[in-house]
Amino acid sequence: MKNKKFIAGLVTILFAVTMIAGCGGGTPDPTPSETPDSVKVGVNLELSGNVAQFGQAVANAVEMAFEEINAAGGANGIMLEPVLYDNRSDNAESLNVATRLASQDNVPVIIGPVTSSNTLAAIPVSEQFEVSVVTPTGTATAVTVDDRTGETRPFMFRTCFIDPFQGEVAAQFAAQNLEATTASIYVDNNSDYSKGLEASFQSAFEGFGGEIVSVEGFVIEDRDFRSTLTRMIGNNPDVIFIPAYEEQVALIISQARELGYEGALVGTDGWDGPRLPEVNSPENLQNAYFTNHYTSESDDPKVVEFVNNYRDAYGSTPTALAALGYDAAYVVADAIARAGSGDKIAIRDAIASTSGFVGVTGTVTLDEQHNPVKSAVILGFDDEGRQTYVTTVDPN
Amino acid sequence: MKINKQLVFNLSLAFLLFFVIHFLMSNRIISAYYQLNIYLLFINIIMATSLNLVNGFLGQLHLGHAGFMAVGAYVSAAMTTKMDLPFLPAVITGSIAAGIVGLLIGYPIFRSGRLGGDYLAIATLGFGEIVRIIFVNTQYVGGASGLSGIPRYTNWPILFFLTVATVLLIRNFINSSHGRAVLSIREDEIAAETMGINLTKYKLMAFSIAAFFAGLAGTLYAHYFFIISPNTFNFLKSVDYLVMAVLGGLGSITGSIIAASGLTIISALLQDFGALRMVAYSMILVIIMIFRPSGLMGTKEFKLSFLEEKERR
Repeated sequence: MKNKKFIAGLVTILFAVTMIAGCGGGTPDPTPSETPDSVKVGVNLELSGNVAQFGQAVANAVEMAFEEINAAGGANGIMLEPVLYDNRSDNAESLNVATRLASQDNVPVIIGPVTSSNTLAAIPVSEQFEVSVVTPTGTATAVTVDDRTGETRPFMFRTCFIDPFQGEVAAQFAAQNLEATTASIYVDNNSDYSKGLEASFQSAFEGFGGEIVSVEGFVIEDRDFRSTLTRMIGNNPDVIFIPAYEEQVALIISQARELGYEGALVGTDGWDGPRLPEVNSPENLQNAYFTNHYTSESDDPKVVEFVNNYRDAYGSTPTALAALGYDAAYVVADAIARAGSGDKIAIRDAIASTSGFVGVTGTVTLDEQHNPVKSAVILGFDDEGRQTYVTTVDPN
Repeated sequence: MKINKQLVFNLSLAFLLFFVIHFLMSNRIISAYYQLNIYLLFINIIMATSLNLVNGFLGQLHLGHAGFMAVGAYVSAAMTTKMDLPFLPAVITGSIAAGIVGLLIGYPIFRSGRLGGDYLAIATLGFGEIVRIIFVNTQYVGGASGLSGIPRYTNWPILFFLTVATVLLIRNFINSSHGRAVLSIREDEIAAETMGINLTKYKLMAFSIAAFFAGLAGTLYAHYFFIISPNTFNFLKSVDYLVMAVLGGLGSITGSIIAASGLTIISALLQDFGALRMVAYSMILVIIMIFRPSGLMGTKEFKLSFLEEKERR
């Protein structure tokens, strides 16, 4: 009887051990030194969860980009194999997926994730496995630069401009294209995005010799902005800068016009979406402009081709996120072509030295902090309230 | 603690498991990816078993467990990241903070004795959202984009022993006289009150113990995953743990352990399916619930029958 127990116990233990041992992964293959036939590229995106629509758009665009590159003979002869996993819009899952890509699939470079916090979650993987992470849309400054030490993270890159840059572009557009000399700022007090843009707009606008005549704040629950707007319009600014999201901006524009303000209204990519034309008549939206990463209305042949191909493949007009995803894929392909190998460090160095790369969202040159210096587009509204392309602003 | 063969056997099995995994991890036989999922699995075990204490053993519907996890995670991460304090005090403070918050939330709900049930569900649902919104608006801990750069202090021995301790403590609590009181409340509140059991006291006790362990899981989570953001601890996260507790069987600790392990593994395996992954995951849950409506284990505990002879009641 005693013996039987012993054997049963032993079997259980052995069973547990084999189960655990079964989990062991293969050892990584040594990286070949000569030019390989193909290189795997990890893609870590939000395909489900609360920002799934963003992740899907980027996934479509990345897939399309790789198909085009491979159909055209690959990146300098190297075929690109995307390995796509879903991170469920969750930080831990993003780290999980990045770890899987780096340790199981042995990819030298990962595209994604979309949101800043999911991208921040991938930082330890990038350092532990020396894998480059290229986010198409993560705008937080901490993604590429360590807040505490001020050092650039060696393996983190992005291909979109960071938030403060839009404030500079908006200021440049207001001062140079609109020839404004006075501006008021109406800021969403609860949003980091809004406050960051306020600061960068203010310093840039003053740099162009303009004057900020007033700064007012609102909170996201506000529905009636008339009293602050009256005070603001009393200062008679040439431009009112509203770095906020469409829900509030739509109401602010309608109420400002109602109060008789006829000057220019300038905003940022938070204005992009259906709400502004829904709430406002096309007349209200005249003389209103906002900065964005890209526009599908552009007449640049590269953009036209991209928009047409995307429409053919997925039946919808590509959003700014899709365009940024598309460019991120091409930046990575460009780097692999220049590195000429699947070596992690060679690819990292190639991405870091990206310069003058022409994509659909502008010309990308990465600075020492791994942030792109690139152009932004200014959009306005036509007679029917549709977004129209106004101009492209290149950073000075 | 009642010393019996079952316990001795389970503990020795646990130790063996610990050393085997430790050996495999330190020799890099288990790759970083599997290692990460093993960590996640153990954190999920803490969350599922502690939630089971309220939902299974106390019989109250608790829908905001991730809120307590957030309290533990944020308090401990703020201590180590912002104040440069060592890990251990941060773990203790984080867990206790979550336990205290549990007391504060639980007291007004349970004060009137027989209140609870649906009220608790609504209150905890609200609590989870309140916690999230508070952290979104607290710039000190990074606001909406979250607190990043948390040092990775959670290591295998700490995680393993805290998980085993959690399971043991909850098991012993349930088998204690306090635990029996909690069980009697689940079976029939009126009868329990008639027998002189203080409903408020025992409900509050079970609820804040569960909150304490959720806080503990939160501290371990924060110090492994490098970044925490308010959205990590949203309502869906609470539902994830509720699913584990229900799937394993409300009122079965081993059930929670099995379900937490199983779902973590399934979730990892389904990664290959891309966007279809959550569909497949949900399908598996639906199928299991159709065939096992009271969960995998019901209210039974998994025991090896050959070790049970002297324990038979």
